Amino acid sequence: MSLAEPLAPARLGALRARAATPAWLALPLIAFLGVFYLAPVAMMLARAAGEGDWAPLFAAIENQVAQRVFLGTLEIAFVCTLATLVIGYPLALFAALAPPWLARLAIAAVLAPFWSSILIRSYAWMVLLGREGLVNGALGGLGLIEAPIRMLNTTFAVYVGMIHIMLPFMILPIYAALKGIDGRLVQAAENLGASTASVLRHVILPLSLPGVAAGALVVFVLSIGFYVTPALLGGPRDMMVSMLIAQEVDLYNWDLASAYAGGLLVLTLLIVAVASRFVDLGKAMGGRK
Amino acid sequence: MSARALRLSAGLPARVALGAVALLVALFLVFPVVIVIPLSFSGSEFLSFPPESWSLRWYADFFTTARWLESAWLSIWIAVVAAILATVLGTAAALGLARAKFPGRAVVTAFLLSPLVVPAIIVSIGVYFFYAPLGLVGSPIGIAIAHATLASPFVLVNVTAALAGFDPRLEQAAKNLGASGWSTFRLVTFPIIKPGVMAGAVFAFIASFDEMIVALFITSPGNVTLPIRMWESMRNEISPAIAAVSTLVILLSVSLFFVAARIQARAVARSGGDR
Repeated sequence: MSLAEPLAPARLGALRARAATPAWLALPLIAFLGVFYLAPVAMMLARAAGEGDWAPLFAAIENQVAQRVFLGTLEIAFVCTLATLVIGYPLALFAALAPPWLARLAIAAVLAPFWSSILIRSYAWMVLLGREGLVNGALGGLGLIEAPIRMLNTTFAVYVGMIHIMLPFMILPIYAALKGIDGRLVQAAENLGASTASVLRHVILPLSLPGVAAGALVVFVLSIGFYVTPALLGGPRDMMVSMLIAQEVDLYNWDLASAYAGGLLVLTLLIVAVASRFVDLGKAMGGRK
Repeated sequence: MSARALRLSAGLPARVALGAVALLVALFLVFPVVIVIPLSFSGSEFLSFPPESWSLRWYADFFTTARWLESAWLSIWIAVVAAILATVLGTAAALGLARAKFPGRAVVTAFLLSPLVVPAIIVSIGVYFFYAPLGLVGSPIGIAIAHATLASPFVLVNVTAALAGFDPRLEQAAKNLGASGWSTFRLVTFPIIKPGVMAGAVFAFIASFDEMIVALFITSPGNVTLPIRMWESMRNEISPAIAAVSTLVILLSVSLFFVAARIQARAVARSGGDR
């Protein structure tokens, strides 16, 4: 890429400074998001404050159903994070070790779900997990079950759907971290007599931890905001915070809905703020949705 | 070349085991997306797999039902407007943030990326409060604006990535040769970051086209987007009609991804494989 002879660092720095595109180019987007995104969210938070007495917020905090739903949501997000890590890591490792053509195929499989929306993927699981669905049909055909098992509208279905949707967000950063490992480190460990298991444990796993951390953060944060998947696949007991908020909106309890939404926002930002000390969020998102 | 690709001299059983697990996970990822396609060609009212008979009736149904078509066109229109807004604003912001250093830059960047992580339901309620007094509830342009706010981070991330592999001396050379700021951008900067801009635009289009939650809050009975129409019919019944609509939506997304991938591949080829 370099067209000229390498420049001395000092001189290069001077050129960079002069070549800079002006910072004000960021202003239109800042203003746009300020008006159509930040101001609306601020209005929602003001609604949660009530008439200055924070009555909706206190009502929300004291509501026992809401307490259960918030805790349940955290539990679902935690299980999804753990499950995507355990399920996703082997595929990421396989792709990182495989020859290029095979790695491309594996990554294509990871990216394939992005070709369809969360709505369509949830619909696919409705079809697969239903009473007359493919999974029941296959299990019955193999003689493993006598009568169809109820899977749709259960917590199990919510987990299957959410894990399916969140897996790529876990796999891609782990894959990127694994690809960044210098193979000579593995070679050195092997030359010194380390077994495959101890190379994995003492070299590859520790060096891939930044990818694991990035993936875990993204999966956890996105999971606590889920709405469509639990609404379509879960039963009445699998309510997540977003569904609770939508339910209050349906009852025109805008103040209470705003208070719950404020709680969800604070929770999200808190997790991101704590985690961003360890993880580069922009990198974790990797330019993909 | 100093670094070496990751390689592991594991025994055959370990390799086979890893490969088998990876294959299972890959099937788990791909299968639910693929299964929708054969189901859409079912000839019966009910979903069964494999379908008992084959037909195109659900596609015929889609293309002859006014409310499906109206929703599809509305979603495309909204996604185009949202993608244009997000791409113009996002590209400018990426240029401004990539080259400049100013206090609070990290905070500004975090704010601009935050729509990626803030749950849609939170934005939905806020946007409803904000739009109601302005009369924007129920208007397509209102939905497009809201979608542009949610889609702009995809452009920002993609263009920032494209700028990272960009030698600023090229811009300097253009300026030294007398090009104005705008000519420098048009003739030097933009052609190089174009793949990132196009990828960002495609992601922004798809983000808007698939978005349902915010649209649900600010829609009106006369302006129902395609995902909302699908959501409503999914909650009532599981018929193959949704499979047909889903297949068409997947087809649209796949073609857009291929267009973006082609543009990126061409750009890589032009720059001599340098990335």
